[in-house]
Amino acid sequence: MASNNLPGITGPAGTDLPVLKPYVLSGGTYDEMFLVRWLASIPPQFILLMLLAWPTLALAQTASHGMGDAFAALWRWIPFLTFQGFVFNVVISVFSMLIGTFAGAALGLGQISQNNWLRRLSWGVTQLFRNAPWLVILFIVLLAFPFEIEIFGLVIPVPAWMKAVIGLSLPIMANISEIVRGAVMSVPSAQWEAAEALSFSRTQTLWQIILPQCFKRMIPPWMNWYAILTMATPLCSLLGVGEIITFSRQAMEAENNRPELLVPFFGYALVLFFAYCYPIARITIALEKRFAVKL
Amino acid sequence: MTGFEAFFVQLAEDFPRWNFIWLYDEKQAGRILSGLWMTVKLSFACVLFSLVIGIAGAWLQGARNRILRAGVQGYIQFFRNTPPLVQLLFFYFALGQFTPVVTGPDGWTEVPVISAAGWAIISLSFFAGAFNVEIFRAGIEAVPYSTREAAEALGMSRTQTFTNVVFPLALRVSIPALNNNLVNLVKTTTQAFAIAVPELLYESVSVWNDFPSAQNPTMLLLFVVYLGLVGVLVFGMNSWERKMRIPGYGQ
Repeated sequence: MASNNLPGITGPAGTDLPVLKPYVLSGGTYDEMFLVRWLASIPPQFILLMLLAWPTLALAQTASHGMGDAFAALWRWIPFLTFQGFVFNVVISVFSMLIGTFAGAALGLGQISQNNWLRRLSWGVTQLFRNAPWLVILFIVLLAFPFEIEIFGLVIPVPAWMKAVIGLSLPIMANISEIVRGAVMSVPSAQWEAAEALSFSRTQTLWQIILPQCFKRMIPPWMNWYAILTMATPLCSLLGVGEIITFSRQAMEAENNRPELLVPFFGYALVLFFAYCYPIARITIALEKRFAVKL
Repeated sequence: MTGFEAFFVQLAEDFPRWNFIWLYDEKQAGRILSGLWMTVKLSFACVLFSLVIGIAGAWLQGARNRILRAGVQGYIQFFRNTPPLVQLLFFYFALGQFTPVVTGPDGWTEVPVISAAGWAIISLSFFAGAFNVEIFRAGIEAVPYSTREAAEALGMSRTQTFTNVVFPLALRVSIPALNNNLVNLVKTTTQAFAIAVPELLYESVSVWNDFPSAQNPTMLLLFVVYLGLVGVLVFGMNSWERKMRIPGYGQ
């Protein structure tokens, strides 16, 4: 069959004519925003239905032995899990995001610096933390950092969750750095040239012309990374940081580790994470549509 | 003891926090190497199987049978929307209970047919495979329908059209996204730590639990090795992408 040799595919191309029309990739996985896109694509009515189903499920299974007890156990533990566990997840994610944003912004600006060495160094640091597994970074920070810092004779204890904050902020920093670089790169070069023609200095151009335009463009990916970060905080439980998964496990142990506890307890954690990240995802996608570049 | 080894023994004596024990102690070197080998095996097997799953899934998504399409869609939604850590734990602890056991090498203990590493390969491949299906589907959708019609007009069957026309074009479109996903997969293999697969992170942790002085060097090694692994993958994918470039596209 003639299809054994397709020019440009199995053999050398005989022509430079394009084989395909210009393509637009669709599909949730193509960009890094898939998480918020998926979350935002769930219709609110669906969630209301699920919320209605939750207590019904609990009531329906009260009759059968065991499952009702499991939900009763969950009910007893809910205040502890929420206010001792999930609050810590939120605290870890907020502080990590804060540190990661400032460090990442500085690193991103370093990546577009005119100083060759600064640019290369920033690029290297960004690639290092962007490509290292989160778990490895977490392990390194949790074990390598001291458990207390002594400043002028004052001993400040560093609890595990604080180290987790630092560990999670490092990959966030690298990704924010890429967002900053990408946003600056996405501004048409004519803007730079126009600013130069108006005799703006480089610093003035960057701070007064380029960055204000980038700012709103960076908000949706920034929020996407916040959602990813919040979803990643359960990784800390592998290292024994007190957060919702760690406490859920401990609570189940306190309830004699019965297997029917698994669904209610982890289901509750799932519901909490979903309830926290769903509004973020909706707002992110709405903002993305609003700030879309119109050409 | 060679001069190289003597240097690191001396270094460990002078700076107790920088004990590169796996450079002069054969047993520790063996542990690190076996961990590295396990990570490489895990990564390679997962990349391979996830690609196979991706291609097969994308092909099945275009099938005429509605149940088949719904099945693939359900698989994608399930694996894409749960964290890989949860999947690993679920596969290992929940499904692992139902696999048959055989008598171990010592003729006395009972070991399951599928080891922890086996479960890690299965669950991580399915995890990355779900993304690959979507990536390949997006690529297949990018192929104009007229191209497919032309192939049909030439008398090609559905399979022939897929393997000779649609897939080669879709693959080229998919490579950048595939690159992202496979890098992510190599990074996710560290989470096999949770089910005690003796991969690099696991072995490193056990080395520095035995020798706390070796903690810093081992952490450094972890960083370097993962950057190296990801680097090799990215380099390979980029050169592949350049080789497969469609003439007349891009810069």
